[in-house]
Amino acid sequence: MNLHEYQGKELFARFGLPVLPGQVAATPEEARDVAASIGGLVVIKAQVQAGGRGKAGGVKLARTPEEAFEKARDILALTIKGLPVRRVLVAQAADIAKEYYLSIVMDREKKAPLIMLSAEGGVEIEEVARTAPEKIIRQHIALDGLRPYQARNLMAKVFPDYRQAAQAADVLLKLYRVFQEGDCSLAEINPLAVTPEGRVIALDAKVILDDNADFRHMDWEHWRDAEDETMGQKLAREKGLSYVRLEGDIGCVVNGAGLAMATMDLIKHYGGEPANFLDIGGSSNPEKVTAALKIITGDSHVRAILFNIFGGITRCDDVANGIVTSLKESPLSVPLVIRLTGTNEDKARQILSDFGLGATTSMDEAVRMVIARAQEVNA
Amino acid sequence: MSVLIDKNTRLIVQGITGRDGAFHTQQMIEYGTKVVGGVTPGKGGGTMHDVPVFDSVAEAVEKTRANTSVIYVPAAFAADAIHEAADAGIALIVCITEGLPVRDTLGAFHRVLSLRGANNPLGKPRLIGPNCPGLITPGQAKVGILPGQIVAPGPVGVVSKSGTLTYEVVKQLTDRGLGQTTCIGIGGDPVIGTDFIDALTLFEADPKTEGIVLMGEIGGNAEEQAAEFIRKRVTKPVVAFVAGQTAPPGKRMGHAGAIISGGTGTAGEKMAAFEAAGVPVARIPSEIPELMAELLQRRRTRRKNGAAKAKPAKKAAPKKPAKVMKPARGAAKRKK
Repeated sequence: MNLHEYQGKELFARFGLPVLPGQVAATPEEARDVAASIGGLVVIKAQVQAGGRGKAGGVKLARTPEEAFEKARDILALTIKGLPVRRVLVAQAADIAKEYYLSIVMDREKKAPLIMLSAEGGVEIEEVARTAPEKIIRQHIALDGLRPYQARNLMAKVFPDYRQAAQAADVLLKLYRVFQEGDCSLAEINPLAVTPEGRVIALDAKVILDDNADFRHMDWEHWRDAEDETMGQKLAREKGLSYVRLEGDIGCVVNGAGLAMATMDLIKHYGGEPANFLDIGGSSNPEKVTAALKIITGDSHVRAILFNIFGGITRCDDVANGIVTSLKESPLSVPLVIRLTGTNEDKARQILSDFGLGATTSMDEAVRMVIARAQEVNA
Repeated sequence: MSVLIDKNTRLIVQGITGRDGAFHTQQMIEYGTKVVGGVTPGKGGGTMHDVPVFDSVAEAVEKTRANTSVIYVPAAFAADAIHEAADAGIALIVCITEGLPVRDTLGAFHRVLSLRGANNPLGKPRLIGPNCPGLITPGQAKVGILPGQIVAPGPVGVVSKSGTLTYEVVKQLTDRGLGQTTCIGIGGDPVIGTDFIDALTLFEADPKTEGIVLMGEIGGNAEEQAAEFIRKRVTKPVVAFVAGQTAPPGKRMGHAGAIISGGTGTAGEKMAAFEAAGVPVARIPSEIPELMAELLQRRRTRRKNGAAKAKPAKKAAPKKPAKVMKPARGAAKRKK
């Protein structure tokens, strides 16, 4: 799960990282009230998960609460990179003398958290990595953690003033706690700013949480953007399915992420367009299959549906039962092609044929068949 | 011959009394695997499918002389199960469970590594997974959830990040008459115990493995590294496949590891890296058996022709340069 800036700052503040006072607002009125309570110059920032918010007009300064109202109204009317702005963060504005970049990311290859630090802050780090990779300092964190002296020595490499380096080291140590205890895949501060008075503060927060760890973070639930979820995404999440909607017209239900990707690739290879990625996962019960069909039929672009099941931990008869149950409840208006093979394949075939459905065993054949059916519907 | 598991595998099942654990214990026994015990804390003293259940792995090892463990316990407890198996002296730990937080996997990975000692790729203990289908040595043993009916003994080593895609390809290999030495599903998580390079090392060292099928997917750069390793160290023919050619960037495709970010980890880059290393890449799964058959045929012909002149080990070497080596495009572009 990717957190919004205001959520990331909430998490940062919990661990004592220096963030400026601020609050999220969903209406211009709320923005005005927050601005009044903060007092003085405030910055109003669109809360969407997209880079380049400033360029898109999603970040504005306001001197008075009234101005905050107006600016918030303008920003809340924006759509940035296809994402409607539903909230703004209203925060105390800061003078900036210098901007740095600091992040901790999981390095899967080295199997250790990686600190990335640069004196080139405020711009996208991908850009720095492309144009001036030598300006990024990388250091892995050892298994037994990060020592304060290591953090100080690292920061002293980019902060010319040692007192600032010491402050930044404290930020790094706290950021590492956020990363570890917060189960993050990424914790990024860009910019990590120094004020003219020499204070080091986190002016932005980009946090990606490891979804697998949600069982031990009950507080994550309230960060979820329920209103940004489509019906399909919501149902998929509730039923434990992996679902990504795409542009095409062939709905696919597959067990296993690799096979699901390969199925999409094969559809494209034979001249079709997949409507989605949908993995019903391992030990699938009939309920998951019902949910999957509901999600796919909820996508109006879908012209034909393909089931591609290779039973292992998934039992083909479970899937067949799920298909039959949902078709009894709500018959399909588009053609259905079923491919299944593997664990309990014979039982599954029996269940399907009792209901008048056939199934193939070849993936290539099934994909070609579903493309043909979709084209018949289109014609 | 085979790698990692065979007739001498003595297996315990951690989480044997759960739904998946119980079901697959039965499947593994039916396949002929020596399942010598199971572990579920609090259920010691009972049995499951006539297999004795113990409260701890240490007790199970003491009573059964188990050398391998397979883990089906829920995600929240799976890392602890890996630690327990490693500390009890299990040599091969296979974690089927999906959904482990990366932080937990990382701890377990480093524990296993510390017991083995770094720079010892063929040593013990070894962790496979998490979030993997396990492994199978046709006709000898299966550890995990790979369906037994789709494999056959033969000369091909199979290593894959995926589960069901592996079944798909293995079945097509078997249907084409290409049996397998061992099939290993290494898992699709960002951090895994055994990677492509480990598996390639094992297959390269196994005298019965004549060719290797490698199936990767989008995300990370394990495929690029595997390509480089194959170019330098693997003398046996390899066929590669990469899933996710049509996956859009920034979207997680099911596996926690399968996400393209920042312009790295795309299927296109990975395929280019394999091709630059002289490894033929199948565009679709059904091309894999044909490519493998051709390469095996060529290798055997070459071996037969060369057999009179030199030792087999020598002959493997000259065959690779048949392919024109392009500079490793993927490697130059790769960001860290």
